[in-house]
Amino acid sequence: MTVPVRRFDAVIVGGGGAGMRAALQLSESGLKTAVLSKVFPTRSHTVAAQGGISASLGNVQEDRWEWHMYDTVKGSDWLGDQDAIEFMCRKAPEAVIELEHFGMPFDRLENGKIYQRPFGGHTQNNGETPVQRACAAADRTGHAMLHTLYQRNVRANTQFFVEWMALDLIRDEAGDVVGVTALEMETGEVYIFHAKAVLFATGGAGRIYAASTNAFINTGDGLGMCVRAGIPLEDMEFWQFHPTGVAGAGVLITEGVRGEGGILLNANGERFMERYAPNLKDLAPRDFVARSMEQEVLEGRGCGPNKDYVLLKLDHLGPDIIKQRLPGIREIAIKFAGVDPIKEPIPVIPTCHYMMGGIPTNYRGEVVIPQGDNPEARVNGFYAAGECACASVHGANRLGTNSLLDLVVFGKSAGDSMVEFIRNEMPTWKPLPANAAERSLARISRLDNQTNGEDVTEVRTAMQRTVQARAAVFRNSENLALGVKEIQEVAERVKRIQIKDKSKVFNTARVEALELENLIEVAVATLISADARKESRGAHAHADFQQRDDEVWMKHTLYYGDDRRLTYKPVHTKPLSVDYIPPKERTF
Amino acid sequence: MTDIDPVEIKRIRWRSRRGLLELDIVLERFLANGFDQLTTAELAAYRKCLELGDNDFLDYVNGKAEVDDPELAHIIGILRAV
Ligand SMILES: Cc1cc2nc3c(=O)[nH]c(=O)nc-3n(C[C@H](O)[C@H](O)[C@H](O)COP(=O)(O)OP(=O)(O)OC[C@H]3O[C@@H](n4cnc5c(N)ncnc54)[C@H](O)[C@@H]3O)c2cc1C
Repeated sequence: MTVPVRRFDAVIVGGGGAGMRAALQLSESGLKTAVLSKVFPTRSHTVAAQGGISASLGNVQEDRWEWHMYDTVKGSDWLGDQDAIEFMCRKAPEAVIELEHFGMPFDRLENGKIYQRPFGGHTQNNGETPVQRACAAADRTGHAMLHTLYQRNVRANTQFFVEWMALDLIRDEAGDVVGVTALEMETGEVYIFHAKAVLFATGGAGRIYAASTNAFINTGDGLGMCVRAGIPLEDMEFWQFHPTGVAGAGVLITEGVRGEGGILLNANGERFMERYAPNLKDLAPRDFVARSMEQEVLEGRGCGPNKDYVLLKLDHLGPDIIKQRLPGIREIAIKFAGVDPIKEPIPVIPTCHYMMGGIPTNYRGEVVIPQGDNPEARVNGFYAAGECACASVHGANRLGTNSLLDLVVFGKSAGDSMVEFIRNEMPTWKPLPANAAERSLARISRLDNQTNGEDVTEVRTAMQRTVQARAAVFRNSENLALGVKEIQEVAERVKRIQIKDKSKVFNTARVEALELENLIEVAVATLISADARKESRGAHAHADFQQRDDEVWMKHTLYYGDDRRLTYKPVHTKPLSVDYIPPKERTF
Repeated sequence: MTDIDPVEIKRIRWRSRRGLLELDIVLERFLANGFDQLTTAELAAYRKCLELGDNDFLDYVNGKAEVDDPELAHIIGILRAV
């Protein structure tokens, strides 16, 4: 079967903030650049970001990039690579001002400079006092970023392939990346995109959890494609959780609710936070509250038919306070939890929010994997940026507003590296391997021909339940070991998923089946990586190993999908220009 | 809805995947329950909603913003009730 081929200098998979920032660099250099996206670019998940983007502009209070760097290293619980962190924090002011020049409508001070708001974890003078470092465009920062970058790209002649789904990475015999295969949803046809360089910017994979704040589109496609192509995934045990998402829906309930006096109850009606945190009670730090909630569920005091959530009670505040001080909360509870909080408590559960791990890259955006003695050999022609990449700046825990920054700094850096690579090393296309589209065609034909198979929705639900039960905020050896076994059983079921609708045109069922094949790779990687890490660090809180163990575990996990094996590589302790920030206990 | 191109219906279903979880949930419920009963005019209005930016769309659906476009008011009312 011959598959049509399209040729570009550079192909970018993903039209969110990271993909579009990289594309701009390439198109403005005059290179022929394609951006593929499952949805219209401005509907990428970046649109959900409200809080802002961090940069030490010092517009409101004195600030320095070195302080931002310190906060980020500390936030990462010393798993972040300090060269990459320095690079990001140093470049942040320039990156934000560049967005401003592109026309992004930031909130301003009276003197015309960009306004900055406070955000958790960002401080002056290495942890001394909170600092206002977050730049925002009202509560629509992500939306404004996407629009700004999209307009610029249109002007620079980036070619968008909207409603195209990349299926697999194409590597030649030397292991170099020479393109991707992609499905045009409109026709159901598979194409080869032949490229001198490929960048993945496919975003997060929060949908592996039953409780997730991520939109349905966040299915970790870039990670699935890597695993199938023999590229390892880094630090997949680290996922950030928000304590109060609506059970069964994921929609966030702001911390402000507990600030105003809302309390958490278990199935016995007990205010359990009094037991875990006698002083702060329901206002203990985020990760502590989340872990206590899960402990209640694990010990059988969860609520509901499956005993899998707790209750957030606010009716005692009275209707006036709820309406005045917590606008929107009642509507959210009614619409997404089916309860009116003036009368009934809201079912809530710790909810997956952000993926710290991903495709291993350096601060130049190059994908790097172990080869011989070199733990970080470049994969020629392959780049990644944004939430799907692991540079690693977030390490074991991301600081709020550092993700949008990551998108633009590393999107641009990867774009620059690609321009350099194409100009200096890849004047023409490397030939495509003979079997370039084979894997993708086989996947599709298996789906079309499967009989007596498994239902996609059922298997996806089984995967989400397993990951939620075994690898959410509260982890222990027994539970993780069970999870490793169970998720591999679910993975076997994924091999037999079946679709009823076999039509070609806009076949959403087929797309969802292909997405599940990516999600499961991420889920297995998460459980196997988490099971192996015998310490507690950042978001990986292990009940049987409650301390951080820098001697043994200050290292990055690498997971290989072909034989589900792990290796490790050192954390970069050498910043680019400043002194190493040595580990300290993370106290607040 | 019988006179509508079935391909267009499938395209609309895919475009109901959004960048915001809240919209995904509402629209998923709606696609399962209500979408198939839309009249041709309602379907055209729904298609127009899908052209909205996600934040504007959600503000309408949540009732946070008033719908000033008369063409959209009716379909947004349906979505608010989902
Ligand atoms: C509710 C919420 C609020 C947040 N608020 C903030 C905040 O205030 N500040 C902050 O810094 N961070 C915030 N974050 C995190 C941040 O928004 C994300 O990490 C970031 O936007 C991810 O951007 P991205 O460019 O990597 O990916 P995305 O924006 O998710 O884009 C991924 C792109 O890849 C495409 N794609 C995926 N798979 C394929 C495929 N197979 N083929 C073709 N295209 C594909 C998609 O269509 C999309 O265009 C928030 C996250 C959430 C969930």
